[in-house]
This record gives sequence, C-alpha cells and structure tokens, in this order.
Amino acid sequence: MEKRVTFASWTIGILFAVPQLLLIFTFFYWPAGQAVYWSLTLQQPWGGGNIWVGLDNFRSILANADYWNSITASLVFAGISTGLAMFIALVLAALTDRQLAGSRLYRVVLIWPYGIAAPALAMAFRFILAPEAGFLAVVNKGWPGFWDPGLDGADAMASIIIAFSWKYVGYNFIFFLAAFQAIPRSLIEAAAMDGSGVIRRFWDIQFPLITPTIFFLLVINITESFQDSFGIVDIMTSGGPANATNLMVYKIYSDGFKGLDYSGAAAQSIILMVLIVLLTIVQFRFIERRVHYR
Amino acid sequence: MVERTPILNFFTHLILFIGFVFCIAPFVVVAIAASHNLKDVNDVPMSLLPGSDFWVNIKTAWTTADLGPKLLNSFIVAAGVAAGKVIISALTAFAIVYFRFPGRIFIFWLIFVTLMLPLEVRIVPTYAVVANVLAPYQAILDATGLSWLIEKVSGVQVSLNLGLLNSYTGLILPLVATATGTFLYRQFFLTVPDELTEAARMDGAGPLRFFIDVLLPLSRNNMAALGTIMFLWAWNQYLWPLLITTDQSHAMAVTELKSLIPNVGGTPEWHIAMAGTLIVMLPPLIVVVFMQRWLVRGLIATEK
Repeated sequence: MEKRVTFASWTIGILFAVPQLLLIFTFFYWPAGQAVYWSLTLQQPWGGGNIWVGLDNFRSILANADYWNSITASLVFAGISTGLAMFIALVLAALTDRQLAGSRLYRVVLIWPYGIAAPALAMAFRFILAPEAGFLAVVNKGWPGFWDPGLDGADAMASIIIAFSWKYVGYNFIFFLAAFQAIPRSLIEAAAMDGSGVIRRFWDIQFPLITPTIFFLLVINITESFQDSFGIVDIMTSGGPANATNLMVYKIYSDGFKGLDYSGAAAQSIILMVLIVLLTIVQFRFIERRVHYR
Repeated sequence: MVERTPILNFFTHLILFIGFVFCIAPFVVVAIAASHNLKDVNDVPMSLLPGSDFWVNIKTAWTTADLGPKLLNSFIVAAGVAAGKVIISALTAFAIVYFRFPGRIFIFWLIFVTLMLPLEVRIVPTYAVVANVLAPYQAILDATGLSWLIEKVSGVQVSLNLGLLNSYTGLILPLVATATGTFLYRQFFLTVPDELTEAARMDGAGPLRFFIDVLLPLSRNNMAALGTIMFLWAWNQYLWPLLITTDQSHAMAVTELKSLIPNVGGTPEWHIAMAGTLIVMLPPLIVVVFMQRWLVRGLIATEK
C-alpha cells in the first residue's frame, strides 16, 4: 500500500529515518554480523585476535551431547507449554465469548498474568511448587519424594512449563477473545436460527474463522518459549538438575558469559536465529495462505 | 444468546470460574505468604488466612534487596524505552510513509527484518557492542583506510571508545532498536485520509508542520497503546539488565529478585521472598489494570 499524496522535499524524510537506522545498525545489524564472524572464528586465549576456523565451531557444538540435550529440552518445553497455554486460552476465550453473566469480569482478570515479569512469576511458582514448603509439600507428606524439582528432571521441566503457560494463557486469551469478537454476530445468530447448537456453531463457524489467529499464536508462542523462558529457568532451576532444563537461550548465556566461550555461544546464537527465522518464514509463506478463508 | 442451554451454561460458568481461580491464585498465594512469619510460611500446608507480618516483611524485603533505587531504575528504563519507541518509531514511520526518497523500500525491509530476531538470541555480540558502542564505526574507519588517512594528515590516532555498560543509555538504547512501533505507526498513517495531507499542503504547511500539528495529535491512541506495551516489556526485561549492570547502582528491580531466593540449606525465608516478589509485580500489574484498553489494542495492532 502506498500513499498517493506525499511530500516533495526529501530532507526531512531522510533526517527522520536516520535515528532509527543508526540504532538498528549499531544494535542489530552489527551484532548480528559479529555473531556470524565469531561463530566462524576462534578467539585466542591469550588475546591477539581471532583465527579463522570455518565451520569447526558448529561441528563441535553439533557433536556435543549437551547441545542436543538442550535442543530436545527446548523442543519439549516449546511443544508442551505452547499446547497447554493455547488450549486453555482457547477454551476460556470461547466460553467468555458466550457473554453469559460475569463474562466482563473474566475478560478483565484473565489478562493480568501477561503483565507479570517472567522472573517474578517464576519466584511465585518456585514457592508454590517448592517440595518442602509450598502446596505440593502436602503431596510429598503422603508420598515422600513424589515431587522434587531440585532432584528430578521431569519435575523441574514440569515446573517451568507450568510457570510459562500461566503467563501465556493470559496473552493468548487476549488474541483469541479479539478474534472471536471480530466474527460478525449475525453469522452465529443465523446458524442458531438454523438450529445448530453451541458446540456445532463453535466447530463449524467460529473455529474455522479463527484459524489465522491460532497459527499466528502458534508461531509467537514457540518463539517466545525460546526467549521469554530465560527468566523462568534462571530463577526456578538454573538449568538443572543435570541439565534437564538447560534451554537453548539459557545455554547460550551460560556458555557465553559464565564459560566465556564466545565462539561457541555465537554459533549457538546463529543456529537459534536460523530456527526462528525459519519459523517466521513458514508462518508468512505457507500457513498464512492456507488458513485465510475469507 | 438465542436458546436455553442450562447444562452448557453451568459448565461454562464452572470452567470459567476454575480458570479465574487458577489465574488469581498465584497473586493471592504471594500476598498471603508475604504476610506470614518464618514459621507459618513454612507450615505444610501453609495457612490461607493472612498473617500479621505483612508490613514487616515488605520492609525487610525492601531493605534486603535495596528495592527503592532499583524500582526507580526500572522506572527510568521502562519510561525511557517507552518514550524512545514512541518518538523514534513515529519519526521513522513518517519518513517511510510520506516521502518517496530513493532506497525507501530498502530501508523498509532493513527495519522489517529486525522484527524477527529478538535481543535474547543475539545477546553475546550486542553485549560486546554496548561495551564499546563506537566499535562498529571504528571498524568501518579502519577497514576503509580512513583512520590511516586521518592519522597521516593530522597525526591523531583514531580510537573511538564509549562504553555504555552500567548506564541508562546502555540499558535503554538496545531495547529501543527494534521495529515493533514503526509498524504500528505505519499501519495507522496509511489509514489517515490523503485529503488531510492535501488540505495541509494547500494551506502552506510543510512536512514538519503537518507531522506536528496533524499527524501526531491523530496518533494519540497509538502512542498510548505503544507506550503501555513498551513500558511493560521494558520493566519485565531480565536477561539484558542482568548482563550489562554489574554495578548495583544501575540494577533493575526484576533482576534483584534473584537475591531473595532462599539458599539451599539456609533459612527458608519465603515470606521475605514473596514480599519482594509482590513489590516487583505490583507496578506492571497496576499498569495492566488501568491501561487495559490500550494494552489490548496495542497488542493486537502490533501483533506482538
């Protein structure tokens, strides 16, 4: 889309674009380029610049069992938490959209979790899910050792999934509700007149019409699960126990800044970037086209 | 709506109510735990009746984590990011939409690409840039031979160095350098009728005048929405402030939470930890509650 009426002199236009361009050059393109450079070189331990090693950094990462473990953990985390957060939000939004008494209250409150910082909610859940003090301690009293995120990898993974999903239910709810409300009321009323029930109307009218939102949220949730999980992991599990929750961004951070392996961290960043760009492209190219019915 | 569905209505209420409880429960638990004393908070199960130590705990958490200055820092950074985004995005969107200079499409794509890669995935090199923000320009001067030329001509050796670690600028600028806001404005500017521009031009208004007197007042809704989202987003940043603030005087509230986690084997001071959590989650919660309309509108418009 283009404007028909524009201004003839360019000076102000170019001047106005400069601040943004400077910013993204300095803090986006340069670092991204730097990451590529680092991933292909190895820093000398005694200083004196980087030496070119080609794809060796990638080879050594991909040969590392810890890295594959981190990818698996990230995918498990992304898959389960996205599924959980989207399913719950979809159900809640569909029910809120029925506009029974009290639905205004739900519309207001269910959004709250999205405003909370990931580390803050991680603190809250760390307490709630603590094996010795919080609420699961009650279960542990009955079956000692039933729940211990500090020792059991699966329990730790479950904890971060619960914390992350709690926040993103709120986020997905906003979008699902907006999508439901954008469906013309007359469509649903007409279907009701034809005798279709609530559930039938949901599957045959509302659900197909919100598929673009579903796929949009699918991509966003997966990307967010790669990045917004950092605070949750850092507060709740620190990647442990035994690397069970060492998600990709957390591993980049600990390898790069704790282990001071910039080249390895840069190579990991590149792999993650490629993964996210691929996801975005998949969304734009394939999914968007297939789901627009209107 | 049009039919009577008592059973379905019952389940609708039931499920929504359960959702409501799960959504509210963490807030309530945090608030109640923050009001207990050390013994009560570690009771199994913890009593859901509020204890009497609320203000004591809040005060302890406040002083232990030194939250006063940290909250102020968070506020400065969040407001700075919000203001920076609101202003810079408006300028850029105006340039992209209302002018036809060569390379405009290229610039559009340059900005668009930044949407795809969040700060978290390019964190290591961005850190290096912030450690010396002029390094990219130094490298360009070196590579083009300009620094050699300058040294020959003036005898001055060019070494640009400006570290932004432990500074508000270093915290804020990289967070501003993405394209979310630009697209929000762009979509909106495209819906502004051309007649307005024509009328303004006929009255002798230049681009600057049109931007300030017509476009900005029209974008107030967008500004509120964008400002709300960016404020929340910046307030909730964790990884970035964690990295670049080694000095306590610039640390943000969210990163300070970590210092309140009870040590393994130490006293389980969950009541203090929860009081601190409550303090840190309160400001964004207030923003969400009071700015809900803008938040929802902004989220949906930016698709962020």
